[in-house]
Amino acid sequence: METLIQQFINGLVIGSVYALIALGYTMVYGILGLINFAHGDVLMVGALVALQTMMFLMGIAPGMSPLVMLAIALAVAMVICMLLGFTMERLAYRRLRNAPRLAPLITAIGVSFLLQTLAMIIWGRNYHTFPQLIPTTPLQPIPGVFVTPVQITIVVVSALLMSGLLLLVNRTRIGRAMRATAENHRVASLMGVDTNAVIALTFVIGAALAAVAGVMFASNYGIAHYGMGFMPGLKAFTAAVLGGIGNLGGAMLGGVVLGLVESFGAGYIEHLTFGFLNSSYQDIFAFIILGLVLIFRPTGLLGERVSDRA
Amino acid sequence: MHTEQGSPLLRLQGLKIAYGGIQAVKGIDLELRAGETVCLIGANGAGKTTTLNAIAGVLPIAGGDIEYRGERINALPAHRRLRAGIALVPEGRGIFTRLTVEENLRMGAYSRNDAAAIEADLERVYTMLPRVKERLPQVAGTLSGGEQQMVAIGRALLSRPRLLLLDEPSMGLAPLVVEKIFEVVQSVAREGVTILLVEQNANLALEFAQRGYVMESGRITLTGTGGALLQDPKVRAAYLGEDA
Repeated sequence: METLIQQFINGLVIGSVYALIALGYTMVYGILGLINFAHGDVLMVGALVALQTMMFLMGIAPGMSPLVMLAIALAVAMVICMLLGFTMERLAYRRLRNAPRLAPLITAIGVSFLLQTLAMIIWGRNYHTFPQLIPTTPLQPIPGVFVTPVQITIVVVSALLMSGLLLLVNRTRIGRAMRATAENHRVASLMGVDTNAVIALTFVIGAALAAVAGVMFASNYGIAHYGMGFMPGLKAFTAAVLGGIGNLGGAMLGGVVLGLVESFGAGYIEHLTFGFLNSSYQDIFAFIILGLVLIFRPTGLLGERVSDRA
Repeated sequence: MHTEQGSPLLRLQGLKIAYGGIQAVKGIDLELRAGETVCLIGANGAGKTTTLNAIAGVLPIAGGDIEYRGERINALPAHRRLRAGIALVPEGRGIFTRLTVEENLRMGAYSRNDAAAIEADLERVYTMLPRVKERLPQVAGTLSGGEQQMVAIGRALLSRPRLLLLDEPSMGLAPLVVEKIFEVVQSVAREGVTILLVEQNANLALEFAQRGYVMESGRITLTGTGGALLQDPKVRAAYLGEDA
């Protein structure tokens, strides 16, 4: 029973991170029909920029409270990633808006390589220890079940950000313009919407969420690295497809479900395979799910339509 | 042809539009004075919709000039043309099917920030289109074609246009519904909004409009008052289904 609860908590934590990343994929897909494969690398840039900022702050103000330091590092990471998201759209994707859909997809993969290589040049090839500024000593709410303050923070912050995003998209004027643009760029522009600005904003919001996810991811595992965005990026993409790509609620649901499946899978994979595979094979669950969804329910859990818009 | 009633609101001069490699509009001249109702009729593929889209700014032009209120707006993006008072009700209505009816209407007022006046205008649209008011919280994709056309027109009105471009408002609708829609358009015209109407239904269009232009394969071949065009044997033969 303790193991079950423990796996649930672990799954919820990593699922919240996947959900935040998945939102970036799904928002951009919803508005442009583009899978931005460089999105995972924005997460990596966020984590490394936060790390760099923390190092800098520790150098100039060693006595600073860890939480303030984390807040500043997070803010810097978000701003840099928002600029990055904006630049990516402006320089790489905008001119391909009317190109055959393979062109922006391949460009996205190119942007991903570019970001990883630049990060490798700036921060080197080594794994960096990510400072644990939120206490990591586990609490024991139930005997045998451990939760760290970092994990609690991750779940709470994710929930707040996701609620904020839903409010923005569903309840505000700019959110209405985003939904209108997602449905029909041309008619949205006939309503006076500057669709280029709305699309840029979509990239910027997605990048900000990825920055937060990157800091969470690095805080949870205690490391950062130029290639760290690849796997969570791919899994969050899976989560977005699982929930129904283009659908915000779907990305959230897909992220959490994927996190739980992965966590339970990792916990029980040895039993399931009679000891043949151990928990280091946990990554296969995400991709088994991706395969199953694409075969049996390509529209995802909450998706109603298969969009074939370019 | 020039009745001195102030300078024209809209003037197209030698307008050319290329569309997918072919020249869809081959240099047309057209003029609209403030407060006029004018129609553009012609067969399928004559370039009518293309012309409206270019005026609204969602299609680039290949040559010539679009002048609006005395200024060339050739390169002005669509969203800024709406702010300047040009609203297009596009062919096929262009309803946002996943937004509610109310959200669709509010999209029309997107570029405005006079909240109180927007609410007042919404109320006016509701009185003009009572059927729409009953359906405000409904997702717009569930509406009938006629109701969608009403929403599309109401939405355009919420931008407080000076120039309203209507592309085939009667398309696919039952005669009774078409009559309703033209009553609404008529009342809009009476409030002083200038209207450029594109219609396949030439009879309807010429009866509604003060003046008309006839378009054929990307060129304007005839122009005159609605009444004169209705009597014109060539028009009657080509568009009103009579033998010449």
